[in-house]
Amino acid sequence: MGDLLINFLSGPVPIEAYLGVSLIMFFAGVYGFLSRKSLLMILISVELMLNAADINFIVFNRYLYPGHMEGFFFALFTIAIAACETAVAIAIIINIYRNLSSVQAGELNQMKE
Amino acid sequence: MQYTLLIILLPLLSFIVLGLMDSKLKPKVAGAIGVSVLGIITLLSYISAFEYFYLHKIEGVYEKLVPLHIEWIRFNEFLHIDLGILLDPISIMMLVVITTVSLMVNIYSLEYMKGEKGFQRYYAFLSLFTFSMLGLVVATNIFQMYIFWELVGVSSYLLIGFYYTKPSAVAASKKAFIVTRFADLGFLIGILFLSFYTKTFDFNILNSGDASIFASTAGVSFMGISVMSWTMGLIFIGGAGKSAMFPLHIWLPDAMEGPTPVSALIHAATMVVAGVFLVARLFPVYHTYAPDVLHVIAYIGAFTSLFAAVIACVQTDIKRVLAFSTISQIGFMMVGLGVSGIGGHEGHEGLGYMASMFHLFTHAMFKALLFLGAGSVIHAVHSNEMNHMGGLRKYMPITNITFLIACLAIAGIFPFSGFFSKDEILAATFQFSPYLGATMSFIAGLTAFYMFRLYFNIFWGKEHKHEHTPHESPFTMAFPLVFLAAVTVVAGFLPFGKLVTADRSEYIIHLDPIVATVSIIIAVLSITLAALMYMKEKETPKQLATTFSGIFKMASNRFYIDEVYIFITKKIIFNLVSTPIAWFDRNVIDATINNIGVVTQWTSHKTKRFQSGQVQQYAYVFLVGTLIIAAIMLFV
Repeated sequence: MGDLLINFLSGPVPIEAYLGVSLIMFFAGVYGFLSRKSLLMILISVELMLNAADINFIVFNRYLYPGHMEGFFFALFTIAIAACETAVAIAIIINIYRNLSSVQAGELNQMKE
Repeated sequence: MQYTLLIILLPLLSFIVLGLMDSKLKPKVAGAIGVSVLGIITLLSYISAFEYFYLHKIEGVYEKLVPLHIEWIRFNEFLHIDLGILLDPISIMMLVVITTVSLMVNIYSLEYMKGEKGFQRYYAFLSLFTFSMLGLVVATNIFQMYIFWELVGVSSYLLIGFYYTKPSAVAASKKAFIVTRFADLGFLIGILFLSFYTKTFDFNILNSGDASIFASTAGVSFMGISVMSWTMGLIFIGGAGKSAMFPLHIWLPDAMEGPTPVSALIHAATMVVAGVFLVARLFPVYHTYAPDVLHVIAYIGAFTSLFAAVIACVQTDIKRVLAFSTISQIGFMMVGLGVSGIGGHEGHEGLGYMASMFHLFTHAMFKALLFLGAGSVIHAVHSNEMNHMGGLRKYMPITNITFLIACLAIAGIFPFSGFFSKDEILAATFQFSPYLGATMSFIAGLTAFYMFRLYFNIFWGKEHKHEHTPHESPFTMAFPLVFLAAVTVVAGFLPFGKLVTADRSEYIIHLDPIVATVSIIIAVLSITLAALMYMKEKETPKQLATTFSGIFKMASNRFYIDEVYIFITKKIIFNLVSTPIAWFDRNVIDATINNIGVVTQWTSHKTKRFQSGQVQQYAYVFLVGTLIIAAIMLFV
């Protein structure tokens, strides 16, 4: 057990460690998306899921195709697009707040009635 | 002669203009449009008649001209529906008849329909009718004829139901449409048979005398009757429906609910002779391939003629008398065609055809005159009933004289036009069968009797008390009367045998002196009888009515044919056919559809809670679904 821990800590970081982190981030995002009431918190959860995906891009590129750059650039593009998407989402949320004085997801049911 | 296209298209244009203007025009303008268009096309058709009869005769035979021919719908090499214009003696004659009568009716209606609600609509429909009727007579092929055939049916329906707030007019228009439509089913099946066997719709090919196109019908028969007889018989059913032959005549008397000028145009002069025209158009085919059908046509015509003449003797509504008289006269034309042959240089084979067409022409003129005269009388006394009239000759001299001329013409008195045409039909019938000839002479006598019964009852006899003094109609109504009366007087002297004959070559008319003398004597005797009975108020008619009360009652009720129809439709067809079909419709077809609806509704009730509008809930469902699919893909 001790050997294993030492190997793990002294050797190169294995791929599973990265994937584990991204998995935790992703499901934290999913949980947050489903459980938070505030639209802002839901947005943050979405960002979390996106970042988990970015990590996966980079890790797979680094471990499976060393010397290639596609995954890194893809991650960069995703970050840029995520920033845009966040700006749009926040604009929508501000408008919702102006109209309804609330940013609670559960109260957004005008379209249903 | 391409300008004949204008004759057809101008009324269509006037229909579209009047129809789309939606009562925005002043009645005077609408009337002026109708009359001027008709005036132009009447002129054009006269010009075309002159040009045709003078210029297009080659070696004694009139050409068949096709100035316009468009392939409209093409199915394959043989089967294509064309539109075009076919000019031959009968279509030229019909152009003249239709435009003349239509022009007169248009002029007459300016006054007769003045102040009516829907004056413009009336003129629009008149134009539509004129367009369709002209299209019918110049049709190059039987399918084009069928299209226009239905169009005249529609315009007749629209005009009979012109007073659409009056229930009886609505019922009459529906009756006319349904009865003729029912007959047209036979026509359509006949057309399909004919084109199936001959691979063509074209009249010129059908009438060309080329035996090869009928080769495929040889030896084909059904129930012991050859297929050509079936085909031509079915086509005749269509003609019988439009021309009110027994037993499809029931719509015509009711059609008198329409405005009187419409009756003059459609239900006396033009549309009702469409059936005669159809038989004449296909006459070579009838004559060569279905002579038995031609004989049936003759007998149906004779029976209808007798039947209608008997009824006409006891009707009291003047328009209905004229309606039955029309049926009777169309019967004459049918007999003329039925007994006819082709040819006519030696012997008299083509006499019936020529006489029938001649009678069509003269009848159109004097029957339109009679109807317009009746309209003038109705306009003056505001009633259709004979016993509300009487003694009108003092008040309405022009109507009196013109009506008398028309009555003399229809009774067959020399020198009025009806004498010549009717006499030739009688001569042709005597050649065919003396018994049939005698019957037709008897009917001619009846015709003279009932027409003069009508005449004396309206213009002579005891004066009925009027709310206000009847007055002569104004010029716009009197002019058509005078014009048609003039035509009626001179039309008999037209050299018709040189113009319109079965083989399009000259036919020299020899008046048969015996037939002519006998029929004049019969007519004069009948007129005298009518004069004795109706000229002065007398008890004789009533006594006769009581003596022969049985037949009198039956004839007054038109031999209960309408009741038979009602019985057949209501008791038999409705109960035995319609009721089971209605049950099937309600309990099988409707039930299936309804249950599909019920199931859909139930499903949506059950599933509508999924549509909460809560994004997070959707996301949750989505996630669970994804996980389930992932689990299935991993473990199954």
